Amino acid sequence: MRVMVKEGLFRDGDPPALLGSRCRSCANHHFPRHDTCPYCSAEDPVPVELSSTGTLWSWTAVTAPPPGYEGEVPFGIGVVELDDGIRVITRLTESDPGALTLGTQMQLAVVPLHLDGEGNEVVTYAFAPTAAP
Amino acid sequence: MNGVVITGVGMHPFGRFDGTSTTDMGVFAVRQALRQAGIGRGGFGAAFCGTAYGGVATGHKVLSRLGMTGMPIVDVEAGCASGGAALMLAAGAIRAGQYDTVLVFGTEKMPRGIIRSSFFEPWQEEAGLAATPAFFGLRAQRLAINSGVTKDHLARVVVKNRRHGAANPDAMFQKEVTADAVLSSRLVCDPLHLFMLCSPNEGAAAVVLTREDRAGDSGAAPVTLAGAVLRSHLPGAVLSESTPLSGLVDEAVDPPSTLAAVAAFDEAGVGPGDLDVVECQDTDAARELLSYEELGLCEPGGSAALLESGATELGGRLPVNPSGGLLSKGEPLGASALGQVVELVRQLRGECGARQVPDARVALAHTVGRGANAGVVILTR
Repeated sequence: MRVMVKEGLFRDGDPPALLGSRCRSCANHHFPRHDTCPYCSAEDPVPVELSSTGTLWSWTAVTAPPPGYEGEVPFGIGVVELDDGIRVITRLTESDPGALTLGTQMQLAVVPLHLDGEGNEVVTYAFAPTAAP
Repeated sequence: MNGVVITGVGMHPFGRFDGTSTTDMGVFAVRQALRQAGIGRGGFGAAFCGTAYGGVATGHKVLSRLGMTGMPIVDVEAGCASGGAALMLAAGAIRAGQYDTVLVFGTEKMPRGIIRSSFFEPWQEEAGLAATPAFFGLRAQRLAINSGVTKDHLARVVVKNRRHGAANPDAMFQKEVTADAVLSSRLVCDPLHLFMLCSPNEGAAAVVLTREDRAGDSGAAPVTLAGAVLRSHLPGAVLSESTPLSGLVDEAVDPPSTLAAVAAFDEAGVGPGDLDVVECQDTDAARELLSYEELGLCEPGGSAALLESGATELGGRLPVNPSGGLLSKGEPLGASALGQVVELVRQLRGECGARQVPDARVALAHTVGRGANAGVVILTR
């Protein structure tokens, strides 16, 4: 079976989507979903699906397994600027920083992390490069 | 409002000390600071202890060993800025007239390797998103884009600080390194190589604060605590030390280090141009350069040029991290901020030998980390 690393972060469908929220008062977007807007403290933001495309804003790769991580290394981590006006921290499908540049077009994907104790494939959200800037 | 002076400092060297406990190190630093201040049992009205990994009642364990309890003893946790937070609380209490003298110390034994922080949720660890050096790498990458900082600049920061640290007997690494050695050390998170990251380690530091008009004749020349400010982050910056999972494209917010610096300069009545020496957060080499910009030591985008000018080396206009910084000393979270203050008090007293900044009169200490918290302390003589 395939299980999400955490429920409520993203929709594991075709196409997948990041689950965020939008403030009813200041209109800023949040990820993950918030019950109070961090930018203006207004309560009860609207649940939304965030844009699944954006551009690369910063990137690196992790070369040694960090605490609590059971998947493969190296793997990419980056910041992607979504079309909603929000920047998200995300895994990248590209683990070679030299293969990426500022402004690369990125597309949301769902990727495997590892198998859990019951043999389930644990998956998480990531962004994949689709075209050079 | 009462003025606050520092009458005694103490430090257990930073490094790895198997068989020495968190309490042992705290006792060592506190004894030294109290002796220097010329006080003992009953000589302070409260104690604040900075620690992040020490566990329940770390400060009590240290003072119980010395038979010095009865007064309020409060452990303070603010990540890398724990010591700065403890100093702010102590200084505020003295200024308000609550106590005449307060003991502030920090003691820590960090786990080895990448810091495992309870700050992250389990799923973030499982997804590989609890990789602290990756956030440093992402920040370094932005500094490259915004300020033209290259790997050679990052290596130069390490070479500078390790040269300074070679003259500091309290540092973990007392050996100089070459730029080639830095750049050929293992790549951890591009653009950061292993030697560009500080080592979490162990150590303790202690400071005695006293009301200026009650300081009396304690032997060592008093140093004035002119400003001690702690600030937390404002939301919006995706690469903030608060490590959010998102931020805004339009991030017109000052980072916590800038908020703390502006408030500390205001409190002390000085500006960046008045500084003679700085100890700043160099958790990684890029963090030192970012600190130049966030503390107002240069214009935004000007950190590489300031480094290249040689101004921040010993012998330059504004030496930064004459102690060798965290890159030489290592980082015991609860003690690191007070370690900076100990170094600057010694600099202002002219006790630093080969790493002395000549005629230093105004000094600034800066820490920033998890939370996010940023502490800025300004000392004068």
